[in-house]
Amino acid sequence: MRVALFITCYNDLLFPEVGRAVVRLLRRLGHEVDFPAEQTCCGQMHFNTGYQEACIPLVERFVDAFAGYDVVVTPSGSCAAMVRIHHPVVAELARERGADDGLTERVATVAPRVLELSEFLIDVLGVTDVGARFPHTVAFHPTCHSTRLLGVGDRPRRLLEAVDGLTLVDLPRSEACCGFGGTFAVKNADTSVAMGHDKVDDVLGSRAEVLTAGDTSCLMHIGGLLSRRRSPVRVMHLAEILASTGEGA
Amino acid sequence: MTPRRDRPEPTFRGTPPFPQAARVALADDQLRANLGRATATIRTKRANAVAERADWEALRLAGAAIKDEVLRDLPALLVQLEAAVTAAGGTVHWARDAAEANAIVAGIARAAGTTEVVKVKSMATQEIELNEALRLEGIDVWETDLAEMIVQLGHDLPSHILVPAIHRNRTEVRDIFRAEMGLVGRAAPEGLTDDPRELAEAARLHLRQKFLRARVAVSGANFAVAESGTVVVVESEGNGRMCLTLPDVLITVMGIEKLVPAWRDLEVFLQLLPRSSTAERMNPYTSMWTGVTPGDGPQAFHLVLLDNGRTDVLSDTTGRQALRCIRCSACLNVCPVYERTGGRAYGSVYPGPIGAILTPQLRGIARGPVDKQTASLPFASSLCGACFEVCPVRIDIPEVLVHLRGQVARQSEASHRVPTPEAMVMRSMAWTLGSPRRLGLAERAAGLAGRMFGRRGRLPRMPGPGPIAGWFGARDLKVPARESFRAWWRRTDGGRSGDE
Repeated sequence: MRVALFITCYNDLLFPEVGRAVVRLLRRLGHEVDFPAEQTCCGQMHFNTGYQEACIPLVERFVDAFAGYDVVVTPSGSCAAMVRIHHPVVAELARERGADDGLTERVATVAPRVLELSEFLIDVLGVTDVGARFPHTVAFHPTCHSTRLLGVGDRPRRLLEAVDGLTLVDLPRSEACCGFGGTFAVKNADTSVAMGHDKVDDVLGSRAEVLTAGDTSCLMHIGGLLSRRRSPVRVMHLAEILASTGEGA
Repeated sequence: MTPRRDRPEPTFRGTPPFPQAARVALADDQLRANLGRATATIRTKRANAVAERADWEALRLAGAAIKDEVLRDLPALLVQLEAAVTAAGGTVHWARDAAEANAIVAGIARAAGTTEVVKVKSMATQEIELNEALRLEGIDVWETDLAEMIVQLGHDLPSHILVPAIHRNRTEVRDIFRAEMGLVGRAAPEGLTDDPRELAEAARLHLRQKFLRARVAVSGANFAVAESGTVVVVESEGNGRMCLTLPDVLITVMGIEKLVPAWRDLEVFLQLLPRSSTAERMNPYTSMWTGVTPGDGPQAFHLVLLDNGRTDVLSDTTGRQALRCIRCSACLNVCPVYERTGGRAYGSVYPGPIGAILTPQLRGIARGPVDKQTASLPFASSLCGACFEVCPVRIDIPEVLVHLRGQVARQSEASHRVPTPEAMVMRSMAWTLGSPRRLGLAERAAGLAGRMFGRRGRLPRMPGPGPIAGWFGARDLKVPARESFRAWWRRTDGGRSGDE
């Protein structure tokens, strides 16, 4: 099985430690991943902001970079959803514009192989206990795209529940959006922040030391609010917790 | 008793674009408390009502399929409806837009020799601003739905499809009744408190006077059956039925998409609608009538079929699914944006997620550029998808939102000779992301900037134009990494050599 890592552009730039955690975790489980250097971005920001045509070259680059792999694993529910659900839409747009060039078929081959980390661990590797140790109280935020678009269900929770020493606490109304929403966070900053503060209140009320999720985009928003409110609660990606062995964590 | 004519009916015209209107609403603590409480209650009740039905998903699929059939065969079905209504003694009118529809209604009312009409709660008549049009013709309009009456008495605007006064609490309602009822009819009883039973009784007494006097009623329609010509109104209070049965003349204004082909199709919608909207297994009052019945109920029935932009919506193969909407308002109740801003921030009688996709389309976004307020609506969503999850006719609202954002962006590009700042950012991002080498260089530059401006791994506050200030107003930003993942992988061979 040839496995590629799709790091996503914002993890690449802002959260490289998440990518390193994925590599460390999978290596511990006995799997090597490739990092195809031609990869850049899934195009989600352009797609969701209304610049769908700008996605066509990004989708072409994506299918070229990941062609030939059996599985593509990514530490982002949101970007996995963009690839699996919306890359076919972009390919259709390319066909309407007469710029298809076999893109529809290539997307149909590559897109279904792209899995979010918890899907890869549970569905492909068949592991729930990844041998992690993380002796902290953790709240889990199920991100909207990972639950409503991808349908990862309770996979992340099952992985967290199997972590040694970890105490999982529930957030009230956990399925409520945190308010990030990509460019929504800046186009409708006031509403985004109002939604985020309600989420932060729930996190603080849960007494968790750490807030985790499968998307660093949402964590960047919630973490930015926590930081401004001088809260000691840390935000960590799911991969960082699963990669942890309890030393220095 | 004559109403005060010293101020015009409020309308949504002049509402600023969504981000500005939302800011005003977000600053209103009372509004947010009222909305938060109300939407949380109805969300839970709806979830329970839906969970009772093991075949809920099958009902949703059936509802969507029937509505798609209606949209596909609309011209033939409308003609069939017209024939059936006419055969049953009704009169059918075709209105291209709001002005035509309002003129038809005013003409019928004038011919009946009345200077007032009572109204059943109706979204279509709000969309065409019928009340204002009739008032300009010297005809008083009395809203008889309790919440609509609260809105009308309060010189207010509705903020919800089903519960238009959802932004008001009972103390505010009491104050409105005390101050306003006596100016337009029977006054509120002395010493009225904010006890819900007392408030309902005050409304009952006030409205009864109007029901017994009115000779003309105006309604909307939830459904109309093409094969039989039957029109259906569902409601909770019975005030609608008073309007539908007591006056001599009944005028129904109905969007052309409200059709169902056959009587048996109602089985699906009369299950989907109450559970989705009021979380009831069945709504308390379902009124159905077919033309006129001699000696029973209104002796003249007029059905006004309203287009008002609907055929434009129909022309868009992605956007047309918005015409499946049965106005249940489940999408409003689960929307995290609506919950914070309320309905009036949308500047439209259709607020919330459905309003964000329906209003721009009804205002002609498929034909050409729309005004700034309208163009802001498709962006009033975090695309969380909660709306699609609950929609009883499976309208993929996020899909349509993104589709409409594309139309807004293309129209903006076409109408600006110099690209907008947003378009420039998007272009330069696309260029950077177009090659791993350019992306790598940009990452190095960002890492360097982060080291220059960062404080303890955070960018605390950065000055800058709108979007930058928007982020940093309440949020810190994590400093871009010194070394990107891509650079780390190259340097360490994916962690196999050198430091981890």
